[in-house]
Amino acid sequence: MTSLINQTAAALAGLLADGSVSSVDVTRAHLDHIDAVEPDVHAFLHVARDAALATAARVDARRAAGEKLGPLAGVPIAIKDVLATHDMPTTSGSKILQGWIPPYDATVVRRIRDADLIPLGKTNMDEFAMGSSTEHSAYGPTHNPWDLDRIPGGSGGGSAAAVAAFEAPLALGSDTGGSIRQPAAVTGSVGVKPTYGGVSRYGAIALASSLDQVGPVTRTVLDAALLHDVIGGHDPLDSTSLTDAWPSMAAAAQAGLADGALKGVRIGVIKELNGAGFQAGVKQRFEETLALLSAAGAIVSEVSAPNFEYAVSAYYLILPAEASSNLARFDSVRFGIRVNPEDGPLTSERVMAATRDAGFGDEVKRRIILGTYALSAGYYDAYYGSAQKVRTLIQRDFAAAFDKVDLLVSPTAPTTAFKFGEKTEDPMAMYLNDITTIPANLAGIPGMSLPMGLAPEDGLPVGLQVMAPARADARLYTFGAAVEQLLEAHWGHTLLSQAPALANIEMFATEGGAV
Amino acid sequence: MSEITAEQVAHLANLARIDLSSAEIDRLTVELGQIVDSVARVAEVATPDVPATSHPMPLTNVFRDDVVVPSLTVDQALSGAPDRAGDKFRVPAILDEE
Repeated sequence: MTSLINQTAAALAGLLADGSVSSVDVTRAHLDHIDAVEPDVHAFLHVARDAALATAARVDARRAAGEKLGPLAGVPIAIKDVLATHDMPTTSGSKILQGWIPPYDATVVRRIRDADLIPLGKTNMDEFAMGSSTEHSAYGPTHNPWDLDRIPGGSGGGSAAAVAAFEAPLALGSDTGGSIRQPAAVTGSVGVKPTYGGVSRYGAIALASSLDQVGPVTRTVLDAALLHDVIGGHDPLDSTSLTDAWPSMAAAAQAGLADGALKGVRIGVIKELNGAGFQAGVKQRFEETLALLSAAGAIVSEVSAPNFEYAVSAYYLILPAEASSNLARFDSVRFGIRVNPEDGPLTSERVMAATRDAGFGDEVKRRIILGTYALSAGYYDAYYGSAQKVRTLIQRDFAAAFDKVDLLVSPTAPTTAFKFGEKTEDPMAMYLNDITTIPANLAGIPGMSLPMGLAPEDGLPVGLQVMAPARADARLYTFGAAVEQLLEAHWGHTLLSQAPALANIEMFATEGGAV
Repeated sequence: MSEITAEQVAHLANLARIDLSSAEIDRLTVELGQIVDSVARVAEVATPDVPATSHPMPLTNVFRDDVVVPSLTVDQALSGAPDRAGDKFRVPAILDEE
């Protein structure tokens, strides 16, 4: 017996459209499952149970009245807490915004509401999206559904864990240096960072404005494409939003399911993202996937991107510099908490400094100070200026590679999910974990992560990263859907069907039989 | 090796308006030194002939029509403020002295 929570968003959309199930049933099934597994997973910072059920009932009523609804109408979705929601608290994982309810919706949130999706709640994240593990959330970490002692990735560990633990079929994420793709990899789910400017950031609490991008977090490539179609496209409220007319990503994903979709596709393996420091089981699954691709008719070759070795360094100058500027808005005046200094005069400056000391966590302070340093007079050229030049070199590496191949691939992350506390004491070790995902953000190109197996040594998910030229997001979906189909045919099942049952569900299964 | 001192970190914290404790300053001094040593490698390839990229998809002159559109009401704009006085944000003294 397959329950409603195990369905893909595409399958749920079909059941809803033909009247087999109601949105209230689907929404309640997910809310009940959230209640059951949240004590273990902690993917959510806020669950909007009553509002979700009320919204679902309204969608059901409109469908019953014969109204023509969008393809994902009535399907539940989780929203990363970096996105402003007018009816739910929005904290970006920080104490400084505890309890803040924005007076407006982010554009992507408005678009999912307009498309009649059902917001279930807000998902956990590293504070202001700074991190790769959710250990930097001010509200405690999210646990990886595959192993509760391990990280779910970050910063969007909450959204990835929510879909991987079947708490939601869809989620929204944001990706500044891998925050959608790396959590997807370590939780066995799918995540897409669209082309920079492809999805509006209006109402996304800014981390690094030249890198941030909002995108879909799902369990299948087609579901990601369906969600991308809802959230993508030009938004006049975001001055970095591209005015392109985008093709249907869902149609692109469907095209990938056709026979021979991989035939003749030129795949480049990035030499610099396949070497030392990568876990044996990650490399093994990657090599096996490349062999499957070749057998399916893809042309696999190696390409070199010599400047990628400088990408992490450039990123950890550009990101802190932009973050230190963006986070200056937390001034204890317009939103968020206000904390008075323990002694001395109560001036605006001193109240602001006391508030930011109390409201920001260690990682946020570290990056603000680093960014302030990198932008200081006398250091600007050596650090920020040089990092921007590295950015040009990385774009040139991509351009040269895409002259030879259609798509680039690498493991999404060097390792499978690590244990809590393993890297928190060593910031550089945590930063180096992002080596695979950062180049796409520096160049603005789209990237996807999808599962490519379990590492033999620890039984944990391994992700395949696929990158396409800027604006070629559709190519990612066609290829991603084809690879997903190829791998699942090879395994005989989906990857997430192999995830261990969570404790409470096991108890329930023992009592009640099949779940 | 970068030579980041505790005094420098204290100065940066003041610029960034974060009231760090001395323990935080000591720890950050060490961490910042390590991070800066690592990321300073960018200078190896950032030669004068390479132009800087500030924005991955360059767009210029993004304008909208000069017409009034709905915006937040005063109450909405003030809804998240820790303190307000009527239609205004209430802030602590701006100047240090009376």
